This record gives sequence, C-alpha cells and structure tokens, in this order.
Amino acid sequence: MKPLENIPSLAYFTPEILLVIFAAAVIILDLLVKNRESQKVAYLALIGLGSALVAIIVTNSISASSEPVPLFWGMIQLDGFAVFFKILLLLATAATILFSLRSEELDAKLKGEYYALLLAVTFGMFLMASSTNLLMIFIALETVSLTSYILAGFLTHSPRSSEAAFKYITYGAVASGTMLFGLSLLFGMTGTGDLSEISDQLVILLAPEQETPLVTPLALLISITFILAGIGYKIASVPFHMWSPDVYEGAPIPITAFLSVASKAAGFALLLRFFYTGFADTKIMHSIDLGLLLAIVSALTMTIGNLAALPQQNVKRLLAYSSIAHGGYLLMGAVLLTSGNAAIVERGVGAIIFYLIVYFFMNLGAFYVVVLIANEAGTEMIDGYRGLSSRAPLVAGAMAIFLFSLTGIPILAGFFGKWILFTAVLEGKLYWLAFVGLINSVISLYYYARIVKVMYFEAAEDTDKLSFSKGTFALLSVFVVPTIFIGLLNIFYSLSGNIRLQ
Amino acid sequence: MSLQHYLVISSILFTLGIFAVLTRRNAISILMGIELILNSCNLNFAAFSRFVTPPENIDGQIIAIFGIVLAAAEAAVFLAIILAIYREFGSIRPDEVDTLKG
Repeated sequence: MKPLENIPSLAYFTPEILLVIFAAAVIILDLLVKNRESQKVAYLALIGLGSALVAIIVTNSISASSEPVPLFWGMIQLDGFAVFFKILLLLATAATILFSLRSEELDAKLKGEYYALLLAVTFGMFLMASSTNLLMIFIALETVSLTSYILAGFLTHSPRSSEAAFKYITYGAVASGTMLFGLSLLFGMTGTGDLSEISDQLVILLAPEQETPLVTPLALLISITFILAGIGYKIASVPFHMWSPDVYEGAPIPITAFLSVASKAAGFALLLRFFYTGFADTKIMHSIDLGLLLAIVSALTMTIGNLAALPQQNVKRLLAYSSIAHGGYLLMGAVLLTSGNAAIVERGVGAIIFYLIVYFFMNLGAFYVVVLIANEAGTEMIDGYRGLSSRAPLVAGAMAIFLFSLTGIPILAGFFGKWILFTAVLEGKLYWLAFVGLINSVISLYYYARIVKVMYFEAAEDTDKLSFSKGTFALLSVFVVPTIFIGLLNIFYSLSGNIRLQ
Repeated sequence: MSLQHYLVISSILFTLGIFAVLTRRNAISILMGIELILNSCNLNFAAFSRFVTPPENIDGQIIAIFGIVLAAAEAAVFLAIILAIYREFGSIRPDEVDTLKG
C-alpha cells in the first residue's frame, strides 16, 4: 500500500491524538480540582485510556484490509502487530493508574502531572510499536525514556527515588546516544531512513560483486551493535541491564511495575519490527552473524538475571532481576528472527507475543501484591512477608500463584508461555540455547519458592490480620484468573490446531 | 574536506563523550559528555546528508535538527534530576549517590 499523506493519516492516528488531548486535559483538570479530589484526575486519565482503546479498535476496523497501512509518508505503520502492542501497553498503563490510586507511597499533591506523564509515556510507546523510520524510532524511544526518567524520580523527598532517576538517566542517555550513533552509520550506509528501503539497499550493497568501500559486513555489524545498545537498554539485556535493579528498587512501586512490563514490551515491539523489517532478508543475515550475537546476549541475560536474583532480600529488587531473566527468555524468540525461515520467524514472533501476554498478568499481579504489602505492612523486604498466609490468606495465595507462574510450574500460564517459546527455539535448531533456558528456569525456582516458603512456613512476629477492601480483591482477581486459565485455554487452542492439521 | 574527515571528527567526539562519561566524577561533566555523544551523531547525519544522499534529499539534516531538540530536552530533564539529587544528597558526585546496591 502507498504511504498515506499527512492529513489522511490523521484518521488512523486518533488513538495517539486522544492520548495527547487527555494528557493536556489532565493537567488542566489538576489545576481546577482541590488537592483532596486528585482522584478525579486519575479517573479522567482512565477515561482517556478507555477512549483511546475504543479508537484503536475503530481505526483497526476501518482499515479493514489485513494489509499494513503506512502513515505520515511511511514514518509509522498501522498493522495487526502494532494494534496488539498498543492494546497491551494501554492496559498496562490502566493497571498502573489503578495501582497508583491504591499506593500510599505517592504524594497526593502531585498526582496531576503524574497521570499526564503516564499518558505521555503511553503515547511514546504507541509510536515505538509502530515506527518504521530511523528518525521516528529515535523520537519514540526518547519520548518514552525522558518521561520514564521523571516518573522514576517522582517521589520528592525520597533519596532512593532521586537516585533511581539519576542512575536511570545516566545509563539511558549514554545508551540512546550510542544508539543514535549506530542509526547515523546505518543512515550513512544506505542513504535512507525507511526500514524497508534500508533492507532493499543493504541487499544490493552487500552483494558480493558490489564494490562498496563504505558498506561492509563489519561496518553493518558495528552499526547494529550500537543500535542494540539502545534497544538492549530498554529491554534490560546484558550488558545494559545495570540500571534496572537500582531503578526498580528506588522508583515508586506502580512505576516499577510499569517499567518492567510496558517498557519491556515496547522495547520488544521495537526490536522485532526493526530486525524483521530491516534485516530479516536472508542475504543480509548471511553476511553478518547476528543470530549468534543475539543468542549469546539472550543466554547471558537470563543467566546473570537469575544468578543475581538468588541472594536478594528486597522483593522489588528480586523482581527486577527476575524481569531481567524474563527479558532473556523473550530474547530467545527474537533470535529466531535471524533463522531465515519464514515459518520459524513466525513461530518466534508468536511465542514472544504469547509470552508477553502471560508476563503482563503474572508480573503486574506480583507487583500489585508488593504494593498492597507495602501499604499495609510497610515493608518491601522478604522478611516482611513472614506468615503472610495467616495474616492475609487470599493475598498470599495470589502471590504464590504469580510466583509459581513466573517460575513456569505446569497448569499456570507461565508454563505455557515458556513451553511455546522453548518449542519454537527447538524448532529453530538452537538446542544449546533452549538447554540454557531450561537450566535457568530451574535456578529461578529457588528464589521464587523462597518467598512462598517465607509466606507459608515461617511464623510472623506481628500476627495482626491485614485488611483489604473489596476493590482490592476485585483488581487482584483480574490478574489471578488469567494467570491460572490462559494456559488451559491454550491447551484448547493447540488441540484445535492439531485437529485441523489432521 | 571529504566525508572521511567528518567521520573521523565525529568518531573522536563520540569517543571523547564516552570517555568523559566513564571518567568524570561530577554529574555536570557527565552531562557534557552525553552532549558530545549526541552532537557527534548530529555531525554524522549532516555529513552523510551532504555526501551520501542526493542534494535534494535533506532527510539527514532533518534528523540532525531533531537530534538537537532531543538533546536539549534530555539536558533539561538531566539538570532537573541533578537538582533533585543535590537536594537529597548535598552532592552531585555519582560515587556519593550510591545507596542502592546488591
């Protein structure tokens, strides 16, 4: 399809436009309401997200054809992939707003800007999921990064939060600068910013009979490595993961949950689209060994994430390392992009998408429990979870389900996420990588089960019952129910697939 | 001046930026290092736009202009965060702002 011009594109761009309008409206409403009524601002932000969700569905149905629609002269692209990520990111933001409403950590006076920033970061993530141009990729990444820095440091008068923001921006600015340098090299080699044109150009320029002093496989590999610095920092892959434990520990808990789910999902959307559109051509893949690079990064990411999680005492920090490890599992799916076989590439992308859905429920759920315990028991340390099974049986049970799902215990959603991912990797003939992933899942059982053990088998010093509102349990069940049942639904799904095959 | 001259200068700027970020013990100097990195990228884009793409195609220069804008936005946020850590820690030396560990 021919790229749409600016004005016709606007019709397809309504979800993003609505987010921007509501971000401005949230700031204005914040000036009008009194401090005590700052919840109204949050509800307006939720209405904004809801209308954006409706707009996503409507724009998706008016585009009707299954063909992707390039917008704004090919700067961004609207397709099923983008729509899926937009809905996932939007729901993650909605969950973050609901968590923030219940978090006692956040200062009530400042909430207006907080919700406006959350809408702005969602806007940036929407662009990350749909950009097909080097310039747009960088702008989207920076929009997300700059707002995330502010959100991480949002707790004024908290040294931890300020330090988190400082470390986040120092690592982040260097990583995005490095990425921009890589993008500039890529632009220089191909003379265009459009990803599919880059792919066409590279195929011509890297052909063996071509005499091009500037464009060599080595130059391309250097450029891609630099670009991976920026993307790797967003998905917290080794060696750009150092910021993540400190930032996750210092940031307000709802923001930590948001960063670990939404930021990672947006990073993977960008990674997948970048390599799929720009480099998936087998001729390019043959000249550089990108698959091996990604596979090594993936193996190191999950191993280092899991090993570093073992001695942690702070639950937020433990979940930070666990989320690094999950980034490593997800990267295994991204390695399949380089296989050069369309069916395997499709399986890899499908596995990543399914894993992200599962990860969305189990990880956000686990962080919601952390918010609740921080509110009621006033602690984030594992010791504070002692005897939780008698103090708050339902919450402890939910936490146990989330943690076992994160480990990948059968029946729970996490198991099916891993199963689909690992079988896809095996089909791509990356046996050693699947083996490393399997070993890592076993290691991870130790630290997840440690929290469960503390909750169920150790006596609490403080035996008062913790009380939660009905709304709390309603929100908790939104995460618990899918964590149990998504996997079972998937049995039906794969069974039906098998029946059709025969 | 050929393309190579510009690329050499931008590589030197980039390396100096990384070097400054790694060695400086002051948040403001780190910010200056980051600005060097971003400006080396802008120089690259402008040079490629002049030497690689046809003259009527100004994509590279446009990207360089956006790069300048984003560098300014990043500097604003960075300085605000430096103010915040100065308020909390009374210092802007990164080695003193290090309570989160493990």
